[in-house]
Amino acid sequence: MSVIYILICVSLCVAVLFLFIFFIAVKNGQFEDQDTPAIRILFNDTLDKN
Amino acid sequence: MNTKKCYHCGDIAQENIVVYDDKQFCCNGCKIVYEIFKDNDLTAFYDFEKNAGSTPIKSTNKYSFLNNTSVVSSLLDFQEDGLEIVTLHIPKIHCSSCVWVLEHLQKLHTSIVNSRVHFSKKTVQITYKTANLSLIQLVNLLANIGYEPYISLENGEKKKAKNKQHIYKLTVAGFAFGNTMFLSFPDYFNQPDIWLAHYQPLFRLLMFLFSLPVVFYAANDYFISAYKGLRKNILNIDVPISIGVFVLFFRSSYEFFTHTGQGYFDSLSGLIFFLLLGKLFQQKTYDFLSFERDFKSYFPIAVTKSINNTELIVPVNEIKVDDILIIRNEEVIPMDGEIVNGTPLLDYSFVTGEANLIHKKIGDKVFAGAKQQGTSIYVKATKTVNQSYLTKLWSQNSYQKTSKLHTVTDAISQYFTLGLLFITLCAAIYWFWVDKTQVMNVVTSILIVACPCALALSAPFTFGNVLRILGKQGFYLKNSGVIENIANVNTIFFDKTGTLTTRNKQKFLYKGTPLTYQEISMIKSLVKNSNHPLSRTLFKNLRGDNLKINSFKEIEGQGIEGVFGNNILKIGSAKFTNTNNLDIETESRVYISLNNLPKGYYSFGSQYRLGIFDVLKKLSKKNRINILSGDNNASQEFLKKQSSEITNFYFQQSPQDKLNHIKKCQENNQYVMMVGDGLNDAGALLQSEVGIAVAEDINVFSPASDAIIDASKLEILPLFFKLCTSSILIVKISFTLSILYNLTGLYFAALGLLTPLIAAILMPLSSISIVLFVTIATNLTSKHLFGKV
Repeated sequence: MSVIYILICVSLCVAVLFLFIFFIAVKNGQFEDQDTPAIRILFNDTLDKN
Repeated sequence: MNTKKCYHCGDIAQENIVVYDDKQFCCNGCKIVYEIFKDNDLTAFYDFEKNAGSTPIKSTNKYSFLNNTSVVSSLLDFQEDGLEIVTLHIPKIHCSSCVWVLEHLQKLHTSIVNSRVHFSKKTVQITYKTANLSLIQLVNLLANIGYEPYISLENGEKKKAKNKQHIYKLTVAGFAFGNTMFLSFPDYFNQPDIWLAHYQPLFRLLMFLFSLPVVFYAANDYFISAYKGLRKNILNIDVPISIGVFVLFFRSSYEFFTHTGQGYFDSLSGLIFFLLLGKLFQQKTYDFLSFERDFKSYFPIAVTKSINNTELIVPVNEIKVDDILIIRNEEVIPMDGEIVNGTPLLDYSFVTGEANLIHKKIGDKVFAGAKQQGTSIYVKATKTVNQSYLTKLWSQNSYQKTSKLHTVTDAISQYFTLGLLFITLCAAIYWFWVDKTQVMNVVTSILIVACPCALALSAPFTFGNVLRILGKQGFYLKNSGVIENIANVNTIFFDKTGTLTTRNKQKFLYKGTPLTYQEISMIKSLVKNSNHPLSRTLFKNLRGDNLKINSFKEIEGQGIEGVFGNNILKIGSAKFTNTNNLDIETESRVYISLNNLPKGYYSFGSQYRLGIFDVLKKLSKKNRINILSGDNNASQEFLKKQSSEITNFYFQQSPQDKLNHIKKCQENNQYVMMVGDGLNDAGALLQSEVGIAVAEDINVFSPASDAIIDASKLEILPLFFKLCTSSILIVKISFTLSILYNLTGLYFAALGLLTPLIAAILMPLSSISIVLFVTIATNLTSKHLFGKV
């Protein structure tokens, strides 16, 4: 069961990585607009022919 | 009666119904927008929401200032290599159809590369190639489809970056909280387990490490605030919180390093997490509003200058003394000046509060902020924009907001902290006698469990919820402190013009000998020929036939005259129509005379709002009501009859007079609220403890204030008052509940029985139940007052 040391280390690294990515996303304004994406997703024609 | 709705905008089409493509439209403008959409394959616009469109404004020179390159540069986000990016504020955005069409603008013009809407801010960011499309063309394109942008001087100023620190801190605290809870689970059950005992040090080390960023980063606002409070000898709520956090951290670290226990790291992270969550919940920003607007949003960005008979658009900041400027209909004069040509008919109501239009002659002086009604005038600047009398007044230091917030949480924290320290002292003395080894254990347990987590959450969650409820009802508050201020108000000042009365010049009343249908038709047919704004209002709203007119004459500054067969109809000033008016005019009037016999007059825009006197009556039960007006006292008798006896009236008030009244009441220890709508109230709004700006159109303009109320919601102002006072009561009740939790915890702590498990249960339990209680209580109160949450 000493593999648990490795397991905890790895999972911690992954978790901290995700935390870091979250900070970057907030800093870049990813979560600025909460409402418009909800409306945008219902549009049909997102592919323009031209 | 035709009740068919316009296919584009949903207005009931009355007369002049336009039919096109088997659909009905209320006017030509709507039909043209439909045509544009149809020709460019944009008819999906109508699939998302029915009647989602809005009538386009009639084509005007409104955006001609965009011909000036320096103005354009200040408005753009990006400008390089034949590509420009601009963010435009479009107040008409209100539904998914709006978002759809604005994000498909490339179908309307090939030069548009991309456009992105921000729904809650009501802005659209458009990227376009400049080879074939300029900003002014783009703006006119938007105006033609009913989405005209609102551009003001404050657009040219750079926005401050939003502070995201509280999100980062909350995230760190939440991350640590979740992980620490997992890691501490095995330790709750004190069963000797070999496997567990082997790995315990690892888990405890990890918990210790997780707590470091929480204490030193996420929680440092509380330490700083407690320290600042102590320096001023105030015991605010952050003092016991900081004490609790410190003791939690040091006791837990001590237990970790000496291997004597698991510590309270889970309670520590959880505590910080809930507190930060409360702080976040308390903030509510309205992206489409601004509480800091000043005259810059009201003034134009640029004006037309006349040099040697040519016209040139100049930014307002570049106006020099002796420049001659052309001010057109509905345009604002941006600086003090002198009339050199034209017939000035000036609307000063926004800046000085005078309700009726002021006639001026060539050579008269005018103040900045007046709006011209009618034909274009030429004004010579006598001061620059920033040196003009009123703009200097508005920038004075005396108009800076002094924050005197005395929150109910801070009030109770004084007693709480002192009580806590007293109990700690008593317990310490007791245990010092009984069993010396237990002293540290008991003292630290008390300080841990007494940490006022639930207490500190009561106010943020209550006020956060109330802010949202009020916002949904059309009453937008700057922050939660305003709620407490409203509850403490005992004196209210109301501005008259625009606040008690509607500024909407589309409404008018007739007074005089009743007119026959034939006479009304004659009036309507006569005003059809005049461009005067009041004539246009009459034409739009009178019901009558179109009669043939034999001759038409318009006399500048006096009125219009028309001949119908044997009848001469005159519409205009009292003198022009031979009317002897003995009473002083308090609003804009046009008099009617038929064959030189005066019949009566139409009065515009000064109708008192529906239900406003009931509002004054209800509020006068607990508050002293005063009315301030920039007008003369002609309406005093009428007002006295309508409102209760306690009311005081002050007329002919300049903006400085209004401010002085507020100051005088504050010197008498009164808690003052000001309700006003124009720049003439700006000083009073800032000086009073609560300044409420009344806005007919909240998207467009309102002076700097603590709260903005939709003009149509003014009649439920007493209900808003009730909600604010009830919320204070709810906070006090929840304080009592949270103290009960604290006492329960104290029982365990004082007897030395506090274990990490008990702490870990008690703290989330108290927090969640308090949050549930205040949310349900405020929702119920709101349902009772407004009928919905």
